Amino acid sequence: MITIIDYGMGNSGSIKNMLRKLGVASQITSDPKVIEEAGKLILPGVGAFDAGMANLRERGLAAVLDQRVKADRVPILGICLGMQLMTRRSEEGGLPGLGWIDAEARRFSVPPDSRLKVPHMGWTQVSACKESKLVTPADEKLRYYFVHSYFVDCADKVDVLLTASHGYEFAAGFECGNIMGVQFHPEKSHKFGMKLLQNFALRY
Amino acid sequence: MTKARVIPVLLLKGKGLVKTVKFKNPVYIGDPVNAIRIFNDKGADELMLLDITATCDGREPNFRMIEEIAGECFMPLGYGGGVRTVEQMGRILRSGVEKVCINSAALAGLDLVRQGARQFGSQAIVVSIDAKKKLFGGYEVYGRSGTKGTGKDPVSHARAAVAAGAGEILINAIDRDGLGNGYDLNLVRSVAEAVDVPVIACGGAGTIQHMQQAVTDGHASAVAAGSMFVFHGKHRAVLISYLSAEETASISIVSA
Repeated sequence: MITIIDYGMGNSGSIKNMLRKLGVASQITSDPKVIEEAGKLILPGVGAFDAGMANLRERGLAAVLDQRVKADRVPILGICLGMQLMTRRSEEGGLPGLGWIDAEARRFSVPPDSRLKVPHMGWTQVSACKESKLVTPADEKLRYYFVHSYFVDCADKVDVLLTASHGYEFAAGFECGNIMGVQFHPEKSHKFGMKLLQNFALRY
Repeated sequence: MTKARVIPVLLLKGKGLVKTVKFKNPVYIGDPVNAIRIFNDKGADELMLLDITATCDGREPNFRMIEEIAGECFMPLGYGGGVRTVEQMGRILRSGVEKVCINSAALAGLDLVRQGARQFGSQAIVVSIDAKKKLFGGYEVYGRSGTKGTGKDPVSHARAAVAAGAGEILINAIDRDGLGNGYDLNLVRSVAEAVDVPVIACGGAGTIQHMQQAVTDGHASAVAAGSMFVFHGKHRAVLISYLSAEETASISIVSA
């Protein structure tokens, strides 16, 4: 059973839809008591950093998540804003992040003459830079759907699991023990995303 | 180099999918959920579902059908048609849709775009603009599924929509719809150069070359097509298709 955290920031429904398609049981919850019992967590999220942190704290979720992730070492996957909230801080906001990983979220600054736009939106190829149960080597190059204006900058490059490029290279995913984050949307990256969520569901 | 998104546009009329020519003569294509499943298997970049009769019939979006479709759609999904309130937007986004497309409701004023962007973020708000060539040069924006002239110019409308918070512009050439003889590159480029958000070119796609032109000459960030993905051959037999991964990769935005 995967527990998807609902803190009022975007699309937990589509993650549940994809898990259902994979035959993986999941529940969406905003109840700290349910999270206390959870064996595996997904922190989704679309929207602004401060709004996300404020919602997590107001709903009493930040403390219980801290306990489960840091002390109980429950596997957790952050998606998009969920990944960014796991860092220490973001250039987007003033509130401190969850601080589970030594990283900061920075705004893209693409050269004005590059015709690249911010947000970075669309399908982008991703390369794995270390071995992980989360990504399985495939015949086809991995590609995923991204929508974001900020990216995670890991202080310790050893944490970086996946890289992609938008004007320059950035961390599309990190993995540090039980804590994982991806900047893209696996739930909207059909076969590539299904494989990743299946790996998270079955191999951790 | 970034791959441009290639987006099938599916037109909903009642409970079925249709395809039009110049926004007229809708031909029945099939069941929407079935079509979505095929696009999942083919690995489409993104889908846009437009209910072309909701506004003209004066009804709300068909929330049940949207939810059913979103539940089966494992790629980004946009929905447009009959959206008039922020509550409707919220309901659509919660059902698993990424983007709400506003067309007629953005013509009277941009409050809905502004409120939607504030509440859900610009990435969730697409403003769709249907434009037709004027008799003596220039273009005019049409509302209500291309039936009502507005006197607005697409470039200034696009600029205003982006200033109000639209995260993307879908620009559709009514005169080219369903013909397969290429996008209106002048129209696409004039809008793409006027705004700093992604512009999706729509109307007239018949070949991969057309799509490449829309990106290289039209400066579009994404290309949309209807007929090209639902008809096959000169007799326009219904057959849902998509490009291969190599073909979509060939439609890319080259940095200057």
